[in-house]
This record gives sequence, structure tokens and C-alpha cells, in this order.
Amino acid sequence: MTTTDATHDLVGRGNREGAALFRDWFAEIDETARTGGQSAYVFVMGSLNEILKTFDLPVIFPEINSLQTAVRRVAHEYLEEAEDHGYSPDVCGYVKADVGTQLRGGEHPMGQIPQPSLSVLTNACNTYIKWAEIWERMYETPTFTIDIPGTREAGGQTWQGNSDFEADRKYVETQVRELITLCEEITGKKFDIDKFRQVLTYTNTMSRSWKQLLDLNKSKPSLFNALTDATIYLGVANGFRGTEAGAGYFERLVEEMEYKAAHGIGQTIEEEYRLLFVGVPCYPIFRRFNELFTDWGGQFVNSTYLWFASGGSNRGFEYDLTDPVASLAEGVLISVRDAMDAMFHQNEVLVGMSEDFDIDGVIYHPIKSCRTVSTGLADGRRHFSEETGIPSLFIESDMMDRRVVSEAQMKNRIDAFFEGLASRRLAAGVQG
Amino acid sequence: MSYAAGVDVGSTQTKAVIINEAREIVGRALIDTGANVVKAAENSYIEALKQGHIDEEEVEYVVGTGYGRYRVTFGNTQVTEISCHGRGAVHLFPNTRTVVDMGGQDTKAIAVSADGEINDFCMNDKCAAGTGRFLGAAAEALDIPLGELGPVSLQSTKPIKISTTCTVFAESEVLAWIGKGKKIEDILWGVHQSIASRSAGLMRRVGIEDEITFTGGVSRNEGMVKALEERLGKKLNISEECHYMGALGAALFAHDHVMAGRAPVSSTAEVTS
Repeated sequence: MTTTDATHDLVGRGNREGAALFRDWFAEIDETARTGGQSAYVFVMGSLNEILKTFDLPVIFPEINSLQTAVRRVAHEYLEEAEDHGYSPDVCGYVKADVGTQLRGGEHPMGQIPQPSLSVLTNACNTYIKWAEIWERMYETPTFTIDIPGTREAGGQTWQGNSDFEADRKYVETQVRELITLCEEITGKKFDIDKFRQVLTYTNTMSRSWKQLLDLNKSKPSLFNALTDATIYLGVANGFRGTEAGAGYFERLVEEMEYKAAHGIGQTIEEEYRLLFVGVPCYPIFRRFNELFTDWGGQFVNSTYLWFASGGSNRGFEYDLTDPVASLAEGVLISVRDAMDAMFHQNEVLVGMSEDFDIDGVIYHPIKSCRTVSTGLADGRRHFSEETGIPSLFIESDMMDRRVVSEAQMKNRIDAFFEGLASRRLAAGVQG
Repeated sequence: MSYAAGVDVGSTQTKAVIINEAREIVGRALIDTGANVVKAAENSYIEALKQGHIDEEEVEYVVGTGYGRYRVTFGNTQVTEISCHGRGAVHLFPNTRTVVDMGGQDTKAIAVSADGEINDFCMNDKCAAGTGRFLGAAAEALDIPLGELGPVSLQSTKPIKISTTCTVFAESEVLAWIGKGKKIEDILWGVHQSIASRSAGLMRRVGIEDEITFTGGVSRNEGMVKALEERLGKKLNISEECHYMGALGAALFAHDHVMAGRAPVSSTAEVTS
């Protein structure tokens, strides 16, 4: 195969295959709904996919369903439906779009969404707990909440070997074993430990690849857009976690990115400024939001969203197959805790990353809908600025609600930010 | 003689400034923006040319700014009003390190460096609380011309605390206080204090450093100047040009382009070789 052929075959393959897998996933969900099959509702931070996949339970991520309504520009219909039902405009947009979906009997732009046979959640987000109570009330859905202990040491996290960490791991393991028993009851299937090991093997491949993928974007020019392209990768990472298709996809994605890195193939827009994104994307104007940056040559090379919305896969934790249940508990503890604690510990990571990724600016994007990911951003930004002196921009909008997204105001701020970057670069050039 | 111009198309008013090679203001104009933004930009520019007795051909470069900057159809380029207010403020008051720009629809706090670069900025969110519109709502509720709001508010002896931060609710609150028999000047001073409090909050987010320059249309309101100075415990730089600061900054950027276009060929060759 010539280089031209390889380029044609490889470049953009991850986006094409990711989009196809995403459609397959929703086709399966739709089929489940139409045939009255069982399914589990789960969340991106601690999905426990490995247990559910072992029991062949299709997984449904209401967060992803909701954001899809925003990307497809129909979120307002779902939000208004929930608000007409009595939900406040201040309630999380993801919750309200899901409530709207449930009130419409599962009708969703990607297909029919089944009612849950089980919901599994962690305390990574306080809203998860309240959200699952809605399904419990609507459908009498069994709800299983895994309590993940957060940081147990001031100023840092505990790790393997520390007595607090070991106690926390055992605490999570006990809960995971209870979940296995519940799944056995709901599905009528016996837990198959060999199948479970196979699922964990696939997840190990995915986690290893996810970490490699993020690291590969240190390349200059960057290989993928951490806001737009990576959202496709995130969909596969969540929906296909613990599957052969998911593992294969990420191995092939890494292959694509390694090829691009080796051949200096960047993104379609010329890279003038390398940016970090902190927060949740602005899904109501998803593509346009990104263009407001790429119009100035700004490329997102990494994003905290790729950490917490991947359930902490960025840590690259791999399960020990000799003691799989205990190891799953350890992985869930580390990954979910990392996602939960991200707003406290992400600053150190961002500071380190600013050098590794040669960052020109950081975009902080707090959203009205989510206090969990937005509360610490103002302090985080201050800390980051003091540590690095790298310019940053603070823009507020929402991940779901178009009514609080003002594109004109946003553009004004973004333009001013880039004017500042350009003038700094000019001044540095003059001094240099 | 050649000139550079800046046209600032704001939400309520459009300003144009023309400067000469020595960066002195030689012509300026201010008109209501109205519904036809393109026309407002053209008319303000024509007015400024007339005022300075300048032929349009003598203007080498025009920069558009403000929300309507892309509607300055005769402009050569666009720069945000954030950058323009910072640049203009440092030009007029070289020790400026913080700018507070209060316009019809938004309020901006801008941290600037000695050479007018923007270090940081912060604006009001998607509502008009703490902006000129807040004053406009109070003026309508009290049936007082905008220009008299400041002088009347300064007569206050027992200020009323306006608790709401919403422009729409502020109007109802003002009416409620009138219903309770409170004096107009006391209510108005409360409105000014409320805006000053929100603006000071924005300024704290970028860090308040001396000197502070107050720009935008509301800077002409002496009540607002006093309320902000009391709130901040500092004197503010004010000038007659503060209302034109965005347009002035835009004209200065235009002047940069004029000068860059005149860079000697030999020096360019040195840089690139």
C-alpha cells in the first residue's frame, strides 16, 4: 500500500467507524425497546458496564441521550415538556431532557428508548441519585447506588498500600458483589466469571488505548480536535466499554493517530493556537461553538471532559484478571474518584499538561445546568493563571439549554481573547 | 495629512472618532443606533468627517468595533470593543490598569497592561442587570430623562436599598418604593448603588488595580461616577472622551495599520532575511 493509499484509508477512519458504531448502538437500544427486552440505565462516571455486559444487558446512558437532543437541535422541545410538567428552569438540562423523553414514552431522535430494568449509579454526581429516583417512581425500577469514597487526604489522594485506600477498595468491592447478585436476580442468569474476565480484557485494551490517544495529541500539529472529534470517541468509549468492538475500535484509532503523528498530518484547520478545554461542551451550538475558536486557528488539544466523561479512563487503569471482582472495585474506585475529584485535583494536571502539550490558552466553560462540574472553575482558573501565566478565557453558557446560550456575547468574548493572544504573540516576537 | 478612524456601533448609540498622524482626535460624532445599524455606522462616520473638515479619501484605514462591528461595511477590519476600550483608556490615561466600561447592554471590567494589552476581562452575563439598561428601566419607571438621573440621585439623603438584580424586576421594585411614598432621589441613588455594587463585583473578578478609568455612555452620569468611587474607595479617571473610548481605541488600531503600511522596505527585509 502506498503512503497515499494508507492516508486515504486511515485518516478520518476513527470518525467514520465511531459514527457507525454509535448508530449500531442506538439501533440495538431501539430494538430492545421494540421487543420489550431488558436494559440498564447507567451514567458516564462509573457505569459498571463490565458487570452489565457480562449479563448481556444493553446499557443506556440517559446523559448521552439528552446531549443528543441538543446536538440534534430539539433539546428545547424536551426541556419544555419537563418544565410544563413542573420542573424548574434551574434543574439540570440532562435530567429534564430525559424526563421529556420518558414523558414521550421513550421517543428520541436516535430511536426508541426502552424503560429500564435496572439503574446503576454512583455518587459521582449528586443529581444521579435524584435522577434515578425519578425512574424508580415512574417505573418501580430497581436502583443500585454505589457509594464511592472521595478523597480521604487533605491536599492529595490515597493509593494502593495505604490503609484508607484498602478499606475504601473493600467497601466498593462489597457493593460490586451485591450488584452481581441483583443482576443475577433480574436477568435470571448466573454470573459467568470467565466471560467477566473477557469483558475486563476488552476494557483494559480500551483504557490503555484511551490514555495513548490523549498522549498522542501532544503532536504538533495536533491530530484530533479534543472537543468535536473526541466526542465521537467518548460515545464509543462509554457505549462499547468492555466489548470486542470497542477494544478493536480504539486499537485502530490509536493506529490512525500514530500514522498521522508519524506523517505530520494534523487537523483540517491550520493550527495557530493550542488550547485546553475545561468543562462540558456547549451542545446546543456544538459545531458553531468550535468554529468560534477554529476561525482564529485555535485548536483544542485536550479537555477535562475527556477525563470525567470517560469515567476516569484517562488514568489508563488496567484490571488484574487474577482477582477480577476486587480489581474492578479498585478500578472503579480510582477512576470514579478521579472523575469526582477532578475539580479539586485537575489544576495540578492542567499545569503539568500546559507544558507537555505546549498550550497557548485555556478555555473554562462553566454551565448553568451543572454545579458539579462548574463550581470550582473560577478558583481553578485563578490558580492556573497564577501558576503558569498562560491566558485563559471564562465563558458561561449551557450544555443543553439554548435559551441561555448567547452566541453574539460568546463570540465577542472569544474574539477579544484571541486579539489578546495575537497581541501577546506579536509583542513576544518583537522582544525576541 | 492622513487620518485613521474608528466606528463603535453599540446597542444604543454609535460613535465615530477620527485621529490624525499624531493620534489626536480631530473629528467625532455620536448618534442613536436605531434599527438600521449599517446606516448608523455610515452616518456617524460622515458626521465625524464633517466635524473634522476631513475628506473621506484622506482616511487611510477604518476599524469597526462594538456589537455591530461587522456592519461597518466601509471598515477595513474589526476589533472587539473589549480591546478597543482598553487601548483607548491607556492612550488617554497612561497609568490605567483597570477599565470599567458601562454601556447600554453590558458592563465590562478589563485589566490592561501598560501598553494597552488586555490581560483579562469579565462581562455581565446574559442579563442586563448592572448595565445602562438598568438605569433606563428606572428612568422609565420614574418618568425622568436619562440625563437627569445622575444629578437627581445626588440629592439623596436617605438612600433606598434596591435588592433585586433583575432589570425587569427592578422596575417593579422602583414602583413599589414610590407606592410607599419614598423620595425619587433616594430610590434613584439606591439604583446607582445597586449597579455600582454589581460592577465592582465584575472588577474584582479581573483584579482592581490603580488607576481605574471609567468608559462608556454611563460614565457621563455623575451619580454613577460617585456611586462607583464610593463603592471602590478610589477616584476614577473620567474625561469627556470616555463615551467615545471604544471608537478612539478602534481609531488607534486603525492608526497602527496605517503606520505598519509605511514600514520602510529595508527594515522588513532585515526581519525576514
